[in-house]
Amino acid sequence: MYNGKKIILGLVIFVLFFTSPFLINIGKANEKPEVSLDTPVISQLDEKQCIESAEYMRANHMKLLNEWRDQAVREGQTVYISNSGKKYEISLENGCLECHSNQEQFCDSCHTYSEVEPYCWDCHNGAKGGLDK
Amino acid sequence: MNRRDFLKAGALAAAGIGGAIVIEGLDGFNVQAAETKESSKALHAKHWGMVIDVDKFKTPEDFQRVMEACHRYHNVPDIGNPDDEIKWIWPEDFEHTFAELKNPYLSDKIKEMNFPVLCNHCEEPACVRVCPTQATFKRPDGIVAMDFHRCVGCRFCMAACPFGARSFNFGDPRPYIKEINPEVPTRTKGVVEKCTFCVERLEKGLPPACVEASNGAILFGDLNDPDSDVRKILTGNFAVRRKVELGTGPSVYYVIRGGEAGA
Repeated sequence: MYNGKKIILGLVIFVLFFTSPFLINIGKANEKPEVSLDTPVISQLDEKQCIESAEYMRANHMKLLNEWRDQAVREGQTVYISNSGKKYEISLENGCLECHSNQEQFCDSCHTYSEVEPYCWDCHNGAKGGLDK
Repeated sequence: MNRRDFLKAGALAAAGIGGAIVIEGLDGFNVQAAETKESSKALHAKHWGMVIDVDKFKTPEDFQRVMEACHRYHNVPDIGNPDDEIKWIWPEDFEHTFAELKNPYLSDKIKEMNFPVLCNHCEEPACVRVCPTQATFKRPDGIVAMDFHRCVGCRFCMAACPFGARSFNFGDPRPYIKEINPEVPTRTKGVVEKCTFCVERLEKGLPPACVEASNGAILFGDLNDPDSDVRKILTGNFAVRRKVELGTGPSVYYVIRGGEAGA
């Protein structure tokens, strides 16, 4: 091989450079996003329970919101009946964010962490009084 | 295995994996056990319609009050530049409201009169026909509604609407909204908007914002119900609709009383 040393050295540098983000972070645990449920409305609830179980909401809130959107806007159905039989208003501002008024510590913390950019807030105003964006 | 068989097997495997991913993805899109219903407070009609008593719009303030009530409630921006203007209900002169009724000997009074105009919530809406995403659609109760989530901003509806009832957001409207009503979303850059007959208010059992602010100059009700306010005023008075010859079947009526207006 011509210039073998240089080529191998170059390759080693190349591989090290491109794997450096992984090498630097080896063994370190990634910092979890902090999701805060500490809002005035939630702290006053007797039973701290979202409209469905936390696991269900964590996994399916985006699908549920999609469904809600069509039901409310296109079918005019604005009441959601949960699995436990309770009724809730289908509304982002007047429903979800009524309890989760800390949009930044609740919605945004996970979305920022996972680099998801839902376009909800392009139109929806977010929690009342939180219109600084 | 020869080369031919290998390629065949490879293609088959790729198609299988791809198909499985797509099916999996589509399958996971529905939420189970989601049950929804209408609010018990919601107002119902077979065909919502509006009757505007033209004589009761005398001063510019009468228009202003109604326009402001609507625009403030719905977070309609005041951009100030006629090219980018966004409007849901606004005053228009006789020539632009009832072009086909123009004649050479119209009284000056009629010529100078203004009429409140808005989306006519047509029975055969041209905008709905042309919308490629069904962002604008006709509800069973006659309201031509907008699903802003689906609007891609193609503006076919604006070209199709014979009444100029639609406006386009050329930019972010938020900086131009004086005071945002937190209960109602704004719109965003690149979507078309128009009057929605206040569907979200009807769902809460409230009349449209303009009707509430009009002091009885705008009536709202079920055109299908002979006992409704709108039908009563239509039976007792002469009323016209805009551009009926186009066959879109507007649901907004203008009561022309003559007499005082000098018609």
